[in-house]
Amino acid sequence: MKILVFAEQRENKFKKPAFEAVRAARNVADQLGGEVIGLVIGGAVQSIAATLGGYGATRVCVAEDPRLAMYSPTAYAKIIAAVAQAQQADVVMLPATSMGKDLAPRVAVKLDAGLAADCIALKVEGGEIVATRPVYAGKALTDVKMTSALKMFTLRPNVFSAGESADASAPVEAASLTLADQDFTCVVKEIKQSSGKLDVAEADIIVTGGRGMKGPEHFGIIEQLAQALGGAVGASRAVVDAGWRPHEEQVGQTGKTVSPSLYIAVAVSGAIQHLAGMSSSKYIVAINKDKDAPIFQAATYGIVGDAFEIIPALTAEVKKLLGKS
Amino acid sequence: MKLAACINHVPDTAAKINVAADRMSIDKTGVTYVINPYDEFAVEECLRLKEKNGGDVTVISLGGDAHKESLRKALAMGVDKAVLLKDDGVRDSYGVARGLADYLKEISPDIVFFGKQSVDYDDGAVGVMVAEMLGLPSVSVVVKLEVAGGKAVAEREIEGGREVVETTLPAVFTAQKGLNEPRYPSLKGIMGAKSKPIEERPLTALTAKAALVQMQKPPAKPAGRVIGTDATAVPELVRLLHEEAKVI
Repeated sequence: MKILVFAEQRENKFKKPAFEAVRAARNVADQLGGEVIGLVIGGAVQSIAATLGGYGATRVCVAEDPRLAMYSPTAYAKIIAAVAQAQQADVVMLPATSMGKDLAPRVAVKLDAGLAADCIALKVEGGEIVATRPVYAGKALTDVKMTSALKMFTLRPNVFSAGESADASAPVEAASLTLADQDFTCVVKEIKQSSGKLDVAEADIIVTGGRGMKGPEHFGIIEQLAQALGGAVGASRAVVDAGWRPHEEQVGQTGKTVSPSLYIAVAVSGAIQHLAGMSSSKYIVAINKDKDAPIFQAATYGIVGDAFEIIPALTAEVKKLLGKS
Repeated sequence: MKLAACINHVPDTAAKINVAADRMSIDKTGVTYVINPYDEFAVEECLRLKEKNGGDVTVISLGGDAHKESLRKALAMGVDKAVLLKDDGVRDSYGVARGLADYLKEISPDIVFFGKQSVDYDDGAVGVMVAEMLGLPSVSVVVKLEVAGGKAVAEREIEGGREVVETTLPAVFTAQKGLNEPRYPSLKGIMGAKSKPIEERPLTALTAKAALVQMQKPPAKPAGRVIGTDATAVPELVRLLHEEAKVI
């Protein structure tokens, strides 16, 4: 049994979900018996490839070409499918990052494979992989099996543990590539960073402000708390629809589904579509004036009170604890 | 310019979801269905492209008769033609993509738009699968699009920023919130949509590549603890987060 794992890198650094996917594949391979083959694609990525061994890769294939320095869905998908075939992979896994989610459907069609997207658990039952994936933004969970010969899974970031890197390096081999110009009909020309802000989808701590913040001018205290915690700022749909915050900060069913270690909901009532997007967070703190707000049903800890009084106090207390005052 | 938008008919995001007794589907009792929210951005973008470049917009949905409601909504927004690829069965994302791709191949649009994901099964896969089946490039999760001279430049949302992607046309795009502000259908549009025909095409069943084992509600969380009612509770909250939860 062979599992091929696409290990996403950007600027010659692996993304954390790449390590998580390699480790998750290793856990499955340990139960079924088999090897985990890492796949790294980029402009010049040879030097980082071997480190995947520390997370359980048996060996690593590298696809290098100057034209691959910028992401191209058409070219990357072609390479993943070609390597899967050359290596006779039984399973292909990708992190469910924005790149992985863009690639997986294309690769699945090329390989005639069933695809379970955004999985949050992988079990082995009777020699088969059973994936758990949320539907309706987490209002329900499904267990699914792929019935195709080759099976594909994308794994939600921040859910599978990457574990500590062992002091092991995997042997690295070059993937044989035949790339033509028409493989690059679609290519990234430029990346616009949003001013170094941490994205809610990647953050381990999120502080979200809701309609109870009363206006965009009051989000300073949310930003300060997020900064003190080293986290990201999130926003409820009401806040985004009112134009107070950009939509990329929106958490919920029509925003991002997140599962950080700590989610602090400030003046968020907890509409069903919001709860769906964040209730898989490990610890949830709710701060709201209304003791009957549904957000308290989802919260681990709650304070029923005025956010404008509590949040600055919380920021100060956090700074005291973390020695940032 | 020939434009196509593929839409789905899904439970409203405000709906409570309960699992049916067979543990293989949701209990539809009391659940309101609407056009998939992301698909509204897809329809709107097609309408704007038509207003700018001329052409026509076809909207397509794959599913049962209930999908006509969302097709009528798109007609009310102003699309030229609505097509129902009729299948009352359950399809995985591959099967949905196959049905749509077969039809799209016939009409060969310059641009095909999808929502970035359907808020029922949340696969986010069908649009890109269709692109591959048609042998077309695709840009997913698009928040900005400019089309000129047989090319498109799209901005797609990624972690912590945006990628600016250049692609040849024809191409497939999937829409993210922020791409546009979907229009409300006018009264005239709504009235007119009632009498517009919806073309129906029966589909033959397809072997699935994925099988559902079971569906269940997520495990209930233990009840939360209210620590206090004002800022005096803050030190205790920080202590719990540090010592009990160990998250800060």
